[in-house]
Amino acid sequence: MNDTETIAEGHGQLVGFRDPDENRRWVLENKSRKLEDKRMSAKEAVSRLVQSGDFIASGGFGHVRVSMAIIYEIIRQRKQGLTMAGKTAVHDIDLLVASGCVDKVEAAYSFGYELRGLSHASRRAVEKGRCKVVSEISNAAYQWRFLAGMMGIPFIPSRTLLGTDTFKKSSAKAVTCPFTNKPLALIPSCNPDVGVVHVHRCDEYGNAQIDGALIEDFELSRASRKLIVTTEEVTPHKRIRVEPWQTAIPFYFVDAVVEIPYGAHPCQMPLKYFFDEEHISEWLNLSKDDDGVREYLDKYVHSVESFKEYLRLVGGQRKLRQLERIEKRGGLRPRGTK
Amino acid sequence: MMAKETAYTQVELMATIAARMLDDGRSVFVGTGLPVIAAMLAQKSNAPNLLIIYEAGGIGPQSPVIPVSVGDSRTFYHGVAASSMHDVMAATQAGYVDYGFLGAAQIDMLGNINTTVIGDYENPKVRLPGSGGANDVGSLCHKTIIVMKQDEKRFVKKLDFMTTPGYLAGPGERERVGLPRDTGPYRVITQLGVYGFNSQTKRMMLISRHPGVNIEEIKKNCGFDLLVPPVVMDSEIPTGKELRILREIDPGSIVLGRS
Repeated sequence: MNDTETIAEGHGQLVGFRDPDENRRWVLENKSRKLEDKRMSAKEAVSRLVQSGDFIASGGFGHVRVSMAIIYEIIRQRKQGLTMAGKTAVHDIDLLVASGCVDKVEAAYSFGYELRGLSHASRRAVEKGRCKVVSEISNAAYQWRFLAGMMGIPFIPSRTLLGTDTFKKSSAKAVTCPFTNKPLALIPSCNPDVGVVHVHRCDEYGNAQIDGALIEDFELSRASRKLIVTTEEVTPHKRIRVEPWQTAIPFYFVDAVVEIPYGAHPCQMPLKYFFDEEHISEWLNLSKDDDGVREYLDKYVHSVESFKEYLRLVGGQRKLRQLERIEKRGGLRPRGTK
Repeated sequence: MMAKETAYTQVELMATIAARMLDDGRSVFVGTGLPVIAAMLAQKSNAPNLLIIYEAGGIGPQSPVIPVSVGDSRTFYHGVAASSMHDVMAATQAGYVDYGFLGAAQIDMLGNINTTVIGDYENPKVRLPGSGGANDVGSLCHKTIIVMKQDEKRFVKKLDFMTTPGYLAGPGERERVGLPRDTGPYRVITQLGVYGFNSQTKRMMLISRHPGVNIEEIKKNCGFDLLVPPVVMDSEIPTGKELRILREIDPGSIVLGRS
């Protein structure tokens, strides 16, 4: 067997990496194994668990199942100097960069709105130097960072990234594989300071169920040091025990349970409610310049106390029922609506 | 004279050509944008048993309309599984995915693509989203198909940033850096023509030109030295049935309305 030697090295900043022994000690000292009622408000969860300067990761994917209630709360509390995992981060990262809370990003997919185009605000922040992309990565490699992080190992080997500028700007390394003698990428593990995940239902202890694709929240929630779970509803503990195979995230990973119906708005909550295209467009139009960004944040974040008030501003029950109807129809809009 | 219902746009032509490339009974990893509508058209026409895979974990959907996001619930609507990114990316790395289907902002003559920045990396003129799943798809699928707009700023001699591997610096380079054997770009589809890659040199070559497009126009919209074989075919235009399906699956013209 050959010695494993490093044959190439990315020069991106290594963010969110912990020595596995150091992280084990942190887990031993900080993560409770007791069933404890962890319900609290979004305000309390953010003020207790998110510190300025933290490395944060938000669950879901793009505009899908994102804990927007916590994103808005982070902005409301004006947390500063955050670094964020840009793992197909769309509306969440756009708002957090636009508001100045996040100024460093490790980017797999950021500053874009998929089919809706490019973001205005966060792209402008990068182009003007207000926000720095500290490293590049791919989507697969990002979730494998979390996979290594949840496994308590320092890296995961992979055959992606190799040979590209994405690799050169990443924090990965390439070695000669001791088994095949072929080059292999080593993707460093990641344990974010705080993970934020929105789920369909969860008990008071944090046992959480997700309907639809898990995306990378299985790995992200287990890799995060502190985890905030927001939920459409708090469900009785006994319901978890009836179908334990439905548990996507068991309680011992969870630090806060926040009940927030429609907490992903304006994003989609699979099988519950559809994207609010009207609201997303409003943001995309306003965020074309810095004045518009301020106008949006003043109206929807700083002038309201809670997500509930925000929901009233965006159209309240009538709007939310409409989004539920569209989602139930498999995304087909009622005739005559856009 | 062309009947009204068979008049088509460039986007519809590109989607149709892309759809016909996907053989029935194969699997395809679908990126955001035009690939979504092309894969769905294939499933509803020439390839009913096409296994469509989306990066957020949607597998084998049979959705009446296109998803807006490659993570939204329509990516697993009537599907066979709603799993996870780890699940689908691992399967791709293990060899289960035949076609990877990508868009791009820039491409070079060896099929390497850029979706990260236009201009200098440190002081970008335009910051684009980055790799997303593109690097993974371009690294790990057996054959990569790229659908993009063509002009001399997009078909470039030198990429501003190599986000996703094509044939890298040339033949044998993918294997040399450790990418899976016998993988790489297969076709490029633009509004002007269809391109493949020379089996020896791995350089891009013209396969067919779209109706009304001449070879001079194709060369003018290409910033590198394109291989042009003596025989160039004409691309086949969309049928009325294909156009009807395209408009059904994208009723809001989310993809079809893009220029």
